[in-house]
Amino acid sequence: MDLSLSPSEQEFRDEVRTWLEENHPGPEPEGGLEEVMAFRREWQRELHGAGWAGISWPKEYGGRGATLIEQAIFVGEAARQEAPSPANVLGLAMGGPVVIAHGTDEQKQRYLEPILTAEEIWCQGFSEPESGSDLASLKTKAVKDGDEWVVTGQKVWTTFAQYAKWCMLVARTDPEAPKHKGLTYFLLDMEQDGVEAKPLVQITGEGEFNEVFIEEARIPDENVVGGVGNGWSVAITTLMNERAGLAFGAISQIANSLKRLDELAVETRVNGSTAAEDPVYRDRIAQLHIEAETMRLNAYRGLTKTMQSGIPGPEGSLGKWQWADINQRIAELALDIEGGYATLQRGAAHAVANGAWQYGFLRSRANSIEGGTTDILKNIIAERVLGLPRLR
Amino acid sequence: MYFDLTDEQQAIKSTAKEFLAARYKSERIRELIETELGFEQSDWEEMAELGWTGLALPEQWGGQGLGMVELAVLFEEIGYALAPSPLFSSTAAGLALARNGTDEQRERWLPKLASGEARGTLALFDAGRPALIGGFAMEARPDGDDVVLDGEKVLVEDAAAADFLLVATSDTRRHLVERDAEGLTISAEDSIDPTRRLHSVRFDGVRVGPEATLNGTQEDYRPVLWRGAVAVAAESTGVAQRAMEMAVAYAKEREQFGRPIGAYQAVSHRCAQMLLETENARSAVYGAAWAADAEPESLPKAAAMAKAYASDAGWRVPDASIQAHGGIGFTWEHDLHFFLKRGRANASRFGDARWHRERVADLVLAEAGAPVPA
Repeated sequence: MDLSLSPSEQEFRDEVRTWLEENHPGPEPEGGLEEVMAFRREWQRELHGAGWAGISWPKEYGGRGATLIEQAIFVGEAARQEAPSPANVLGLAMGGPVVIAHGTDEQKQRYLEPILTAEEIWCQGFSEPESGSDLASLKTKAVKDGDEWVVTGQKVWTTFAQYAKWCMLVARTDPEAPKHKGLTYFLLDMEQDGVEAKPLVQITGEGEFNEVFIEEARIPDENVVGGVGNGWSVAITTLMNERAGLAFGAISQIANSLKRLDELAVETRVNGSTAAEDPVYRDRIAQLHIEAETMRLNAYRGLTKTMQSGIPGPEGSLGKWQWADINQRIAELALDIEGGYATLQRGAAHAVANGAWQYGFLRSRANSIEGGTTDILKNIIAERVLGLPRLR
Repeated sequence: MYFDLTDEQQAIKSTAKEFLAARYKSERIRELIETELGFEQSDWEEMAELGWTGLALPEQWGGQGLGMVELAVLFEEIGYALAPSPLFSSTAAGLALARNGTDEQRERWLPKLASGEARGTLALFDAGRPALIGGFAMEARPDGDDVVLDGEKVLVEDAAAADFLLVATSDTRRHLVERDAEGLTISAEDSIDPTRRLHSVRFDGVRVGPEATLNGTQEDYRPVLWRGAVAVAAESTGVAQRAMEMAVAYAKEREQFGRPIGAYQAVSHRCAQMLLETENARSAVYGAAWAADAEPESLPKAAAMAKAYASDAGWRVPDASIQAHGGIGFTWEHDLHFFLKRGRANASRFGDARWHRERVADLVLAEAGAPVPA
C-alpha cells in the first residue's frame, strides 16, 4: 500500500501543474454561451498544441497515451486550478474513444483529428423523451435506403447540440429484434435540414441542454460505428468511459467547493459569532469533508483495481452517486449558512458571493439525474456488485 | 500510487480470516459470552503463536514491528468474525507503553505483552464524569516519592484479564498499576455488547511508586489515541462488512410475493447503501492507517475522519441489515444483534463520531482562516 505519488508520477504532476499555471486563460467570459464556447475552443487549441488534448488516447491517434494514474493526475490538477473545460468535452471523453475502439480505419482517419482540435464539436444522442433510464427502449428509427439510412425521432438532454457537427446517435434499426439487439450506433451530421436543435431551458434559467428533432435525416452507411445491431454494446463503452474519466475531476471540484464553504462559514456571522463557531454547522461541515475524503480514497482504490484488471468495474457507480450527494449537500449547507440572504441570486445587489451558491444549489439538483440517476446507480450496484436478482 | 494490500498484508488477512472463522462459530461465541472473562486462554495462546499479540510492537522487544496497516487488517477481521478477545485492549496498552514507557517499564513488560504472557489495558474515564478524551479527574496525589490514587475508573476494557492498567490522572500522566495492587477493586459491568468485557475499577489509596509513572503527558498520548481510533474503526468496518454480507445473502434467498426480496428496490437499494457505507469506512480506515505508517503529520485528520465515519457505519449497517431481515433479525437466536451491539459499542470507544467530527472541523476551518496553501 502506498498512497503517495511515485517519483515519476510526481514529476508528471509537476509538469501538468506548471503548464496549467503558466497557460491558464483565467475565468470564462461572463455573458452568453456563444462567448463561452469561443473561449473554450481557443483553450482546447492551446491544450492540443501542448499535447494535453485526448491524453488517454493512444499516441498513434494524436493522443498522449497517458496511463490511468496520469489521466487522474491531469484531470484532478485541471479541476484544482479551475481550468476551463475544453470545448469538445464529449468528443474527447466519449466520441474519440469509441471511434478508436470500434471505428474503421477510414473513420479514425476522418474523425479523430478534428475532435482534438475542437474544429468539430460532438454531442450525444442517446436519451429520448420516453427513454431515460430505460435507454434500450428508445424509439428513434433508422431505415436503410440504398447506401444511406433515413432517421426519424427525437432526442433530449443533448448537451452542445447547437454547436455540434457530429452526434453520437443510437437508433433502432431492427424493430423486430429484442430491445437491446435492434440498435445501431451512428455518426449523424447535425448540419442538415432534417435536424433541428432547440435549447431546453433548465431550472437555472440557462439552456445548457437541447431537444433534437430529427425528421428524415440522412446518414451514409459508412457512418455506422461497430456494425449494424451492435449499438447497445458500443454505447455502453462510451458510458463507461464517461464515468471513469469524470471521477478525478469531480474530486478536485468538490475540494474547491468545500474550501469555499469553509470560507463562507468563517466569514458569515450568526448568533453573535461566526458560522464556523456554530456547533451544528461545524458538525455538518466536518461530515461533508469526511465523505469527500472517502470518495477520494474510493476512487484511488478503484484506480488501483482498474490498473490490475484493465477495465473499470461497476464500483465506479458508487463514486458518481456519492459525488452527486455531496455536491448537493454542500450547496444546501451554504444556503443554510447564508440565512435570509439565501434567497438573493446573481445580480441582486446584496447577494452573497454574487449568487454563486444559489446557482450551485439549483444546478446541483441535476447531479443525481444526469449521467445515470442515483436510483439507477443503486440498481447497478445491487445487481452487478452485490449480485442481487433483477426485478425486470 | 498503489491502494491495495501487499502480498504480505493479504497473507495476514487470509490467515486471520481462516483462523477466526474456525474458532468463532456462532455457538462458540454464545458459549464464550457466558463466561466470566469472555474469552478462553487457549484462544489467546493461539493468537500469540500467530504473532498477533506483538504485531505492532517493536522488534527489539519481541514484537513483529509491523505497522498500522497490518493492525487494521487484523482488527477488520476480528470485527468480521465478532471475536471476543482482549487482544484489542492489550494492543492499545502495548502501543502506549512502547511510545511513552520508561526503558525499565518497556524492558519489563513489552516482551511479555509481545509473547502473550501478559496483558495490559487502559483505564481512562472517571465515574460520574463525561467519558471523553482529556479532562481526566483522578488526582495523582503526591506522597513522598510516590503518588496515591483514589477514585473510580469506568469503561475499563478486559480489566479482570489484564496484568496491569495504564491509569490516566488529572495531570494527564499515565501510571502503570498492576492488577493485584493493594486497594484496587475490579467489578464487571453489564455492557450492551456481550463480546467485550467492561469493568469499573475502584482505587482506594492505591500507591504508585516513581518507577510506575510513564513518561509523557497529553500530547504524547495523542498518537496512541489516533492509532487506537483507527484500529476500532477497522473493527467496525469488519462488523459492517459481515452484516452487509448477511443482508445480501438473505435478500437472495428469502422469497415474498413470489420473488426473492432482493429483487425489490426497497431492499436492494438498502443493500447498496450498506455497501457504500462499508466501502467508505474501509477507504477511510486504510487511508488513515497508511498515514500512520508513512505520513504521520496527516494522521490526526485522517484518523478523526476514519473513526467518525466508521463509528456511524459500524452500527448503521447492522441496523439496516436487521431491517432487511425483518422479524427474524430481531430475534436473539439470529446473530445480527451481536453485530449491532458490537458496532454501537465501538462507536463510543476512542472518541465517538461527534468528538472526531469536532477535530475535523477544527483542522479544516483553521485551514480556511489561513492563507491559501501552495
